[in-house]
Amino acid sequence: MQERQRILSIRGLDISFQTTAGDVHAIRGVDMDLYKGETVAVVGESGSGKSVTMKAVMGILDRNSVINGGEILYTYMENGKEKTVDILKMDRKLIRHTINGRHIAMVFQDPMTSLDPTMSVGKQITEGMLLHEHVSRREAWKKAVSLLTLVGIPEPEKRMKNYPHQLSGGMRQRVVIAIALACDPDVLICDEPTTALDVTIQAKILELIKSVQKELGISVIYITHDLGVVAKVADFVNVMYAGNIVERGLINEIFYDPRHPYTWGLLSAMPDLDTNDSRLYAIPGSPPNLMHEKEGDAFAPRNIFALNIDDRVMPPMFKVTDTHYAATWLMHEKAPKVDMPPELKARIERMKKEAGQ
Amino acid sequence: MSEKTPLLQVKNLKQHFRISRSFTVKAVDGVSFEIYPGETYGLVGESGSGKSTIGRTVIRLYDPTDGSISFDGQDIGGRMNRDTEHHLRTGMQMIFQDPMACLNPRIKVSDIIAQGLDIHHLCKTQKERNLKISEILEQVGLAPEHADRYPHQFSGGQRQRVGIARALIMRPKLIIADECISALDVSIQAQVVNLMKDIQQNTGCAYLFIAHDLSMVKYISDRIGVLHMGHLVETGAKDEIFRNPIHPYTQSLLSAIPHPNPVVEKRRVAMSYDYREFGVDYTKGTEHLVEGSHRVLATDEEYANWTA
Repeated sequence: MQERQRILSIRGLDISFQTTAGDVHAIRGVDMDLYKGETVAVVGESGSGKSVTMKAVMGILDRNSVINGGEILYTYMENGKEKTVDILKMDRKLIRHTINGRHIAMVFQDPMTSLDPTMSVGKQITEGMLLHEHVSRREAWKKAVSLLTLVGIPEPEKRMKNYPHQLSGGMRQRVVIAIALACDPDVLICDEPTTALDVTIQAKILELIKSVQKELGISVIYITHDLGVVAKVADFVNVMYAGNIVERGLINEIFYDPRHPYTWGLLSAMPDLDTNDSRLYAIPGSPPNLMHEKEGDAFAPRNIFALNIDDRVMPPMFKVTDTHYAATWLMHEKAPKVDMPPELKARIERMKKEAGQ
Repeated sequence: MSEKTPLLQVKNLKQHFRISRSFTVKAVDGVSFEIYPGETYGLVGESGSGKSTIGRTVIRLYDPTDGSISFDGQDIGGRMNRDTEHHLRTGMQMIFQDPMACLNPRIKVSDIIAQGLDIHHLCKTQKERNLKISEILEQVGLAPEHADRYPHQFSGGQRQRVGIARALIMRPKLIIADECISALDVSIQAQVVNLMKDIQQNTGCAYLFIAHDLSMVKYISDRIGVLHMGHLVETGAKDEIFRNPIHPYTQSLLSAIPHPNPVVEKRRVAMSYDYREFGVDYTKGTEHLVEGSHRVLATDEEYANWTA
C-alpha cells in the first residue's frame, strides 16, 4: 500500500443539543479518519448521529448545539503549503470563507429542496466560484458548462439557462453535484445522495460520483443507511449507533466478517434477491432516545447476545485486524463464544462464493 | 390458479388528469391486472410511473377515466350505490407512505384506529369498541395502554403499526399498501414486513403492495407488475419475472438493484433504458403471453426481438 495521506481526522467528538425538553446527547465520542482519494461510508439508522457528525465537519451545526469536546483536524494545501486546522475551534464565518465549498463541499439528500427555485442552474453553479475565487463571469460560466458536461448532462449550454423545476430528479441531483464540485474541493460529503431517487437513476448517480472521484482524485464521505449503496462505493465503513461508532473496517471486512451484533442485524435485515427464508431477521425494539443517558452499551436492550456487563460498562473498541475494530464485549477474551446468526453465515458464504467467481 | 375467481379485477384502467384545455396527463393508460384472495401483488416502477395513482384509483380516491374495476364480484369502477360503496369502504383499506402525515395529530390513537368502526356503526357498545381496539393493538405488536396516546408520542415504526391497525380493524379483504415501508429505517422495515406477512397468514387478506424497492417486493410478493409511464409493461409470478425478464425496462430495473456484496457490487454496471432510444411505443403494444401468468406488453416485432 502506498503512503496514505490523512486529510481529515475526527477525535472524540462529543456534541449535544439543548432543547426545551432537555439536553439530547447526540454524539458520544466519535473517531473517524479520511485519507486522500478514498471513500468512507457512515452507516446507521436515522437518529444515530451520522448527519450531525458531518454537519460538525462543515461547521453548519444548528444554533442550539453544544460541543462538549473533541477535535476535527483538517489538513489542506494553501499556497503550496500544508496547513492543519481544528474546525471546531474556528469561527463560523471563517469556516464559511475558507473551508466550505472551497475545500469541503456537500451534496444533500433532496435535490429539490437544496436548489434555489428562483435561480437558473447556471447562476447557482457559478455563484460559489464568483464568491470564493477571483474569476471573471465569463470564465466561471465556461467552467460551469464543463462541469455540467462532467456530470453527464446533455446540451449543457442550454441547461445553464434552465430552472430546477424544468429538470428531472436525476438531472437535478447531477446539478447539485456540479455545484459541489465548482470550487475544486478536496472532500465531498454526500448526505444520502440517492434516497430521493429511483433505483435506476440511483445506480447512475453513484457511478457518476465514482467516476468524478477517480478523475479529480478527491475524497468522498457517504452518509447512508442503504448497505447496497455502501457495497457499491465505499473503501472503508463506519457503522454508527446512538452517537457512537460500533464497528469500523475495510468494506470487505464489514461485509464478509462482521463482528458487532448490530452490524449482523443490519446485514440480515436487508433482503437480497436470494433470500428465501419465510421471515426476515429483524432487530427487535427501536433506536434509543438520546435524551436519556444510559449506562453501558446503548445497543444492549435490542441485542439478543447482550452480556451482563453490557448493562454496566460501555465496551471499548476491540481490535480484529489492523483496520477492523468493533465495540462489543463479545470480542473480549473472557466472553463466551457467540457466532453470528446461521442465516447470515449462510448468506455470507453465498456472497463469498459469488464474489469468488 | 386460474379456477379461482379474482378478488380484484382491473381491466384497461385509465386515469387521466386534465391540467389545461390542451394538456392532459395520462397517469395511467390502459392497465389490466387481477389480485386473487390471500395473495400479494407487488407493483413496481419509478416515480411518476403511476403506481400510486393505480392504488388510489382502485380504492376510489379518484374517479377512473375509463376501464372497469370489480372488487369481490361487484363493479366499483363507475358510480356506486349505497351498498356497493359500503362494500368497498369496509372490504378495502389502505396503508399510506408517511406514518406521520397520515395520522391526525390531534386525536388519540384509539380514535384514529376506531374511525372506520364509528363511521360504519359497527360497534353497538363502548365496551365492544374498546375490546376491538385492544385486540387490534395487540395484533400489530403494540400494548393496549398505547391507545390513549397521541401519534407524536410514537416512533416511526410504531406509527406505521398504528396505520396498519387502522386498516386491519375493518377486517378487509384487500389492503393497499402504498410505499408503506419506504419511510422507515432498515431495521424497522424488516419488523413491519414480518408483521404484514403474519397478518396475511392469520387473516387471509390480500395486499396490493406498491413500492420501488425491488428486493423488498420480491421478498413479499407472489406476483409482480412492472409499471412504466402508466403502462403495465410486464406482469407475472415473481419467479417468472426474476428468472426470465423479457421487457428491457424490467431488465434495467433488475440490473439496478444494489446487492449487499461489495466485490460483486463494485463490478456491476447498471443497464440503462430509455424508451425513446429503444423506440418502444407503449400505445402500440399488445399483451403477449409468455408462460403461465407472465405477460409482456410489446408489438409482435418487439416481442420476437426480445425473446430471440
